[in-house]
Order: sequence, then structure tokens, then C-alpha cells
Amino acid sequence: MQLSREALIRAYRQMKTIRLFEERLHDEIALGEIAGFTHLYAGQEACAVGVCEHLGPTDYIISTHRGHGHCIAKGCDVMAMMKEIYGSRDGLCKGKGGSMHIADMNVGMLGANGIVGAGAPIAVGAGITAKSNGTVSIAFSGDGACNQGTTFEAMNMAVVLKLPVIFVFENNHYSEHTGEAYAVGAESMTARSAAFGMKAIKANGIDFFSVYEAMRELIDYCKAGNGPASIELDCERFYGHFEGDPQRYRGPGELDRIREERDCLKTFRTKVTEAKLLEGAELDRVDAEVTDLIDRAVAEAKQADRPTPQDVLQDVYISY
Amino acid sequence: MAIKMIRDVIRDTIDAEMARDDSLIMLGEDIVGGNGAPGGPEAIGGIWGTSGGLWAKYGADRVIDTPISESAIIGAAAGAALTGKRAIAEIMFADFIGVCMDQIWNQVAKFRYMFGGKTTCPLVIRMPYGAGFNAAPQHSQVIHQFVTAMPGLKVVMPSTPADAKGLLTQAIRDDDPVIFLEHKALYGVKGEVPDGDYVIPFGHARQVTQGDDITILATGMMVGFAEKAAAQLAQDGIGCDILDLRTTSPLDEEAILDSVERTGRLLIVDEAPPRCSFATDLSALVAQKAFASLKAPIDMVTAPHSPVPFARELESAYLPSPDKIVASAVKLMSYRRG
Repeated sequence: MQLSREALIRAYRQMKTIRLFEERLHDEIALGEIAGFTHLYAGQEACAVGVCEHLGPTDYIISTHRGHGHCIAKGCDVMAMMKEIYGSRDGLCKGKGGSMHIADMNVGMLGANGIVGAGAPIAVGAGITAKSNGTVSIAFSGDGACNQGTTFEAMNMAVVLKLPVIFVFENNHYSEHTGEAYAVGAESMTARSAAFGMKAIKANGIDFFSVYEAMRELIDYCKAGNGPASIELDCERFYGHFEGDPQRYRGPGELDRIREERDCLKTFRTKVTEAKLLEGAELDRVDAEVTDLIDRAVAEAKQADRPTPQDVLQDVYISY
Repeated sequence: MAIKMIRDVIRDTIDAEMARDDSLIMLGEDIVGGNGAPGGPEAIGGIWGTSGGLWAKYGADRVIDTPISESAIIGAAAGAALTGKRAIAEIMFADFIGVCMDQIWNQVAKFRYMFGGKTTCPLVIRMPYGAGFNAAPQHSQVIHQFVTAMPGLKVVMPSTPADAKGLLTQAIRDDDPVIFLEHKALYGVKGEVPDGDYVIPFGHARQVTQGDDITILATGMMVGFAEKAAAQLAQDGIGCDILDLRTTSPLDEEAILDSVERTGRLLIVDEAPPRCSFATDLSALVAQKAFASLKAPIDMVTAPHSPVPFARELESAYLPSPDKIVASAVKLMSYRRG
């Protein structure tokens, strides 16, 4: 652990922001406040933050349908994200994208994506730019997207072109409602990645420090011109595939158990307080600040300007 | 003015734009060719001869030979275009759009809109298309009818060397994604090409012939067929007003409606099958906006509702032809209201 106190607090704040953002959405969606499909990221915070704490605005990431965590971790504005999810014209995408399409090129966030597996090829293209800039491109995918042909094409092309692309596979063990044990035919996602001819490692996705250290190694490796790499992060999804999912595929007591034993925020707090790197009170203060931020984000989003019918035809093209 | 073939115009235009703009890259299968093979790179230079010499001139970081992975080609070009590059992706045959449709339809076409207008995707997807080579059902098709239906894409179909230069230059410099369709049977067509910087804005049809009796709308290889038919019809005193639409999205509605209001008759020639097609779209446009001008029902000469067949006799029967256009024109001229 080589992180400064400021860096540790920042990492915790990012993870806590994602957690409270998602828990609040869970409540608001149940009240019928939010339209459309929403896929919550809670449980996987250490993955997004452990990766993105290494990145700057000219490093690129592309995300998935479960994208809120990646957006927050990469620096998208939380207030504008909340407005987007509420469909406001002041949202990050002017109410045109919603939960599944939040993007902000200014922070190198190339979009959440509603099509499972569509992101990896786009990350390869961002890798072409990253190669010329000396930065890296990250493709977040899940154990569902790892079975898409687009992901295979992207992995092979990144190897052939020797691009600085890191394929981050967050293995939450469910592709929608189907278990990883059934749907991933290979011995493991890591073994499959290695078969493409790239460096492939695993890390503990519920431990921020495990993800952070492993990513440091991979980013150095890619920036040194060695081509792409892959990492499989073992993690947990605290909610269903989508909000409203009855989760009948879960085992008895599974949700209680993973929340109790495999919570990355609890893991972080225990580690840093036991090692006396941070005081519990410091973390409590962050909790209070983040709670206030999310309260304000929701309150503002509910009051924010709505789009008008005239907005439908805006931004289809730059010129036509 | 120089006399050039369309294939050379395409190559030379890409060359000029790559020289002009360091951010422009190009990706595709065998656009270099020979990589990893005993013959060595540049053994091919693109199977259509549209990228010869570019790899040697601009290097492997800008002229990127890819595996046969159409989704990754379009995705990679799109990712580069989102992050500050300009990109040209070549899909070797337009028919292969089937294996990369998600990247074109759900990604490239929608980025700007679903990201709230905060991004550009300056990407040209070049696709050789069309029948005439007995290349059978999976290597002979037109696809403009699909991509024209997709908001967010611009669609270009040049039919002359000069238009190929002006429209490709515009496509590369455009900040919106452009589908640039090159008819395989027209690559060898020669014609005069303006020297120097030459840009044709999208959405402007080209007046091919002027006439007062029938408006003929066409694109790509159908333009030449319509010209042949018009020459024959002129001998019988029938004047054809041929418009080469050049871009199907955006569409030059004004030129179409002006012409039909003058001639009162409309004949649409389209290489696509007739159902839910570009021809039916044009027909609906004129029926809605110039109905009062029509002296006869709108007619269409199109491919039939079948895959493109292989055998010479079958493919000839399948394609529109100058004779079919003449027959349709004669029918239109002899129409009398009951």
C-alpha cells in the first residue's frame, strides 16, 4: 500500500459515491420516479475505482449497460449524471441517452453501452489514439460480454496491432440471469484471454488494493509497448440484472451473504482502519458528505428542466 | 482536368487527404495485403486497387491492415474517430454489413445523438457494392436502402470520377459519419476530374440530362443505364430529365420536386429489390408533395424481390437495364386517364 492519505480518501469517496448513487436510484425507481431500464453497479465499486484511479482525462474507458460506476470513477459530473437518468435536458446527454448511454468525452469516458459486447471494438480504436498519445484505453466488460464475438475480434485485433488496450472483465458471476459456470465455456475468462496471446491476470474485485496494484502493473506493461493485456476481477452484483428483476436465480441467503462477507466498501474500511492508515471518523465524514451530495443530486434532478418536443430533432447530425 | 478511372480517383483522394491531415487513418482487410506472407506488405494494395502505395507512404500506424473482423474494423475506426482521429474504414464488400451492423447502426449512427450532441464521429465507411460480376447472392448486393433509413448516417453513391473526388473529399472532411458506396462495376469508368481541392457538398443532385417529358431518378450504376435509355428515347422525341441523386441521405428533395412539377411523370431506377426500398421512399415523397403535377402513375424499374442470382442469364434478368427503362418510359408516355 503506497497510497497517500489523500489518495485513500479519494478512492473511498469515489466508491462511496457510486454505492449511494446506486442505492438511492434503487429507492427512487421503486417509487416510479425514473423511466426506462436501469442496471445498478453496487457491489462492484472496487473494480471501477481500482482501475480509474490510475487514469487521466486522455486515458479512455468504454463501459457497459451497467455503467454508472465507471462514469463516476472516470470523473463524470454526478449532478449531471443524475439529471440524465431523470431525463432532464440539463442531463449529461440532454436526456437523449439515459442510464445506458452516459458519456463524457471531456473526461475520456466513451460511453456506457446498451449492447452487450459492443464496447471492446471501440476501445481498440481508442487504443489507436492512445498509442499515439502515450496513454491507455480500457474496455470494461462483464462475464456476459466476454462471450460475444465482438469481444473476441477486439482482443485479437488489439494483439495484432499491439495496442495499449486493457480488457477489464468484471466477473460478477451472472450474465443477466444465467450463471458464469454455464455460459463461459472456457476453463476461465483469464485462460481464454491468454489464449489470444496477451498478458492475462486475475485480481480480487472486492478488494480495491488488489485491483489497484494489478492495474498499475498492467498499465506500465501496456505503456511500455508490449501490446494489450486482460484482467479478470472476481466481484459481486448486489442488485438484479435490471431494477425490477426478482432474482429467482439466486441461491438461498446469497444476497445477504455477499452483502455481509463480500462488500468492497466494508473490506476497504477494515483494511485502512486496521492498518491505521485512516481513522474511522474520517471515513464517516466522507459518508456524510457523499450522502449530502446524492441528496442534492436527486433534489436538483427532480426540479431540472424537461426537454421539449423540439429537442427530438436536435443533434441527429452536426449539419444535414 | 485529368482523365482518371474511379478506382484511381478514390486512391488519389485518400492520398491527398492523408497528406493534408495527419489525424486521418485508414483501416480494412487487405488494404495493404501481404502482411505476414512471403510476398510481403503491399503485395495487394487493396483488392479494388483503391489503396495502393498508401502504406509505404504513410506507415502502418495510419494505413492499418486488419484481420477479417468487420465488427472490430468499424468499432476501431469509430473509437479512433471519437478520440480525435479521422478514420476511413473499408468493408471489402457491402454485403458484409451483416456482420458489423451493430457497430454501424447502434453505435456510430447514434453516438452524437445519445451523447447529447457533445461528440463527433468523423468516420467514412467505404463499401464496394452492387451486381454485374456474377458474384452471386452474398457479394453482389446494394445496401443503400438500409443505411438511408438510419438517422445519424449520411449516404453517398457517386457515379462519375469527378463526383467520386468531390464527394469523397467532403465525406472525409465531414464531422458526421458517412457511408460511402462505390459501385464495383464503375471502378473502371473513366472521366474528367477537376484538379486541386474539389469538394461537392452533400444533398445536391446532379442534372445528367434535361428533358420535359419524364423525370428519371437514379444512383450509381443506374445513372449510366438511364443515360443510355434516354439517348434511345430522344430518338423518339421523348425528353428525359435525369437526376443523379448522388447522396440518398441527405436527399435533394427540391431538385426532385422541381423536376416532377415540370415533367409530370416520374420513373425511378433502383438496383435494390422493390419492397420498403429507396425507390418506394422516393415514390412516396412525390405522391405526397407533387401529386397534383402527376400526369401518370409513378413507375419504378428495380430488381425483383429475390436474392441476386449467379448465372449470367439470371443476373442480367435480375438487374434493371436500359431496355427496361425504355419500356417503362414508353408506358408512362402512353398513359391516358380512364
